[in-house]
Amino acid sequence: MSRWTLVLVLMLASIPLWVTSLYVLHILITTTIFIIAAMSLNLLLGFTGQLSLGHVAFFGIGAYASALSSLGFEVHLTDDLAIGIGPKPVWIALPIGMLAAGLCGFAVGKVAFRVRGAYFVIVSISFVEVVRLVAVNWVELTQGPMALNNIPPLTLGVPGMFELSFARKPAYFYLVLAAFMICYTVIRRLVNSQAGRAMIALRDNEPLAASVGIDVTRYLVLATVISAAMAGAAGALYAHYVRIVDPDIFLFIYTVTMVIMVITGGKGTLAGPIVGGAVFGMLPELLRALAIAPELQWVLLGAIMILIVFLLPQGIVPAMRSWWARRGGPPAPPSLLSPAPSPTLPRKRGREGWGKRGG
Amino acid sequence: MAAGSAALQVRDLSIRFGGLMAIENMTFDVREGEVLSLIGPNGAGKTSAFNAITGYLRPACGDIFYRGRRLTGLRPNAIAALGVVRTFQKTSLFSDQSVLDNIRIGLHLHSRQHPIAIILSLSSVRVDERKREAAAWDILRFMALEARAHELGSALPYGEQRLLEVAIALAARPKLLLLDEPVSGMNPAEKVRFMATLAKIRSQGVTVLLVEHDMRTVMGVSDRIICLNQGRIIADGSPKEIQSDPEVIRAYLGERARRADG
Repeated sequence: MSRWTLVLVLMLASIPLWVTSLYVLHILITTTIFIIAAMSLNLLLGFTGQLSLGHVAFFGIGAYASALSSLGFEVHLTDDLAIGIGPKPVWIALPIGMLAAGLCGFAVGKVAFRVRGAYFVIVSISFVEVVRLVAVNWVELTQGPMALNNIPPLTLGVPGMFELSFARKPAYFYLVLAAFMICYTVIRRLVNSQAGRAMIALRDNEPLAASVGIDVTRYLVLATVISAAMAGAAGALYAHYVRIVDPDIFLFIYTVTMVIMVITGGKGTLAGPIVGGAVFGMLPELLRALAIAPELQWVLLGAIMILIVFLLPQGIVPAMRSWWARRGGPPAPPSLLSPAPSPTLPRKRGREGWGKRGG
Repeated sequence: MAAGSAALQVRDLSIRFGGLMAIENMTFDVREGEVLSLIGPNGAGKTSAFNAITGYLRPACGDIFYRGRRLTGLRPNAIAALGVVRTFQKTSLFSDQSVLDNIRIGLHLHSRQHPIAIILSLSSVRVDERKREAAAWDILRFMALEARAHELGSALPYGEQRLLEVAIALAARPKLLLLDEPVSGMNPAEKVRFMATLAKIRSQGVTVLLVEHDMRTVMGVSDRIICLNQGRIIADGSPKEIQSDPEVIRAYLGERARRADG
């Protein structure tokens, strides 16, 4: 861990000491959960280049699986056959949520990566719609639109000895902060490894990647599993925080929000989804605090989004990086973490067109 | 494998694009340790043959074997894992990555890092990363690209981009290297440099199958030449034999003369 990372972590960890407003803490917690989700999406969208418009499905599956495990459930598959589990402690339920999302990621990845590009986008949208319909209609399991209520908060401890409750906001803030740091570390290690290079290679030039022996599908599925499990973890953390889950969790707008966070922050960079997530997690609240009429808030939010995409097509983080380099700061070495070429606005480069797909 | 025995066997290969026969009943061998060139006018089926050998194109019929193993039906990455590695006709590299990272990607097959080991950052992974880094520098030095290590692939002059492509392929440790028009677009000095590099590559025991239009290069580096025309083999022999083959002159050089006239 470098010195700056340590300072940053200490600063973040000190937040509950000087932020006394529970409202602000609430915003920080939900924003951090959304940042985790955005980081997980970035692994797919930024590093493998696959646009998954169904990413919120993994978030929701994690939320539902964790909530159901902690509440317990029983469903009747036929008249005599019923399966169910009793309520599990939340610290077991959280990994179950993660696991369920990861398994779904594996299944979706295996099926969906037979196709690429627009077809993959359609498969991912269909997947989230199917999951949403199940959540609405399988009332026995999910309570449908009535929602899962009274989801228990996380408590750790030995019964009768001591108990550590994460029901209160400062404690929960530390929990999501820890989850955030774990996810960040996992992604950083991954993209700097053989696996991460394989993902970047297939994003940049799939035929060439295959020609040096990279099993493209294997690494796409790997990225999807890890990404889905991470989104599932974020969903589970969300469920035990707000303590209610309903099918609206699968709304398209949440996927779009994640995509916006990743793109505006800078896809294919480690810091991008963090910056994008922080901006778009807190901006709506900030605009509300300015006491602007609600209609105007949304117009402003939209305008800011469009401005960022137009002025900084690569995203905030790459733009800051090149601004820093121009200002005469130490030039950042070109690294594997350079952003993916933007599909809409081609980057200016010396030799336009060289080095694209060959074959 | 004894030198001279067949490394790659192509048997009755046919490739069809709709109604067009790109390759018809092609049969040839690439011998262990040799440099074999495929030449022929545009559209003769050279690149199609390459694509079929490396799994990018499914042949209509025929079989391809490498050291006795059937390649037909395998995916490109599985063929690369057997030691049959290609480059592409159109410049193809990871242009937004540094030259060093291009090579590091090429080193993919060196070892496998388990995802869990990566996430836990086990020492095995860290040791492996250091080995890869060293191996990448070895390849950069071999190709005389080490001064460019930290530049972006797209920032290299064209000739060096083509060298980088070969370097990426070499990183995959080929036993049979297929080069698709590697010197096209190079200036004469770069071509000379490339021929020297190719000699170095073959001295490492790599068998080379070359598709090339540049006759000076082909005649300079090849042990044997196969000439294709309209999807068929019309001649097979040493550079000297090919140069004097009337069929070749008619199909290949004759056509060029016509083109020059018209």
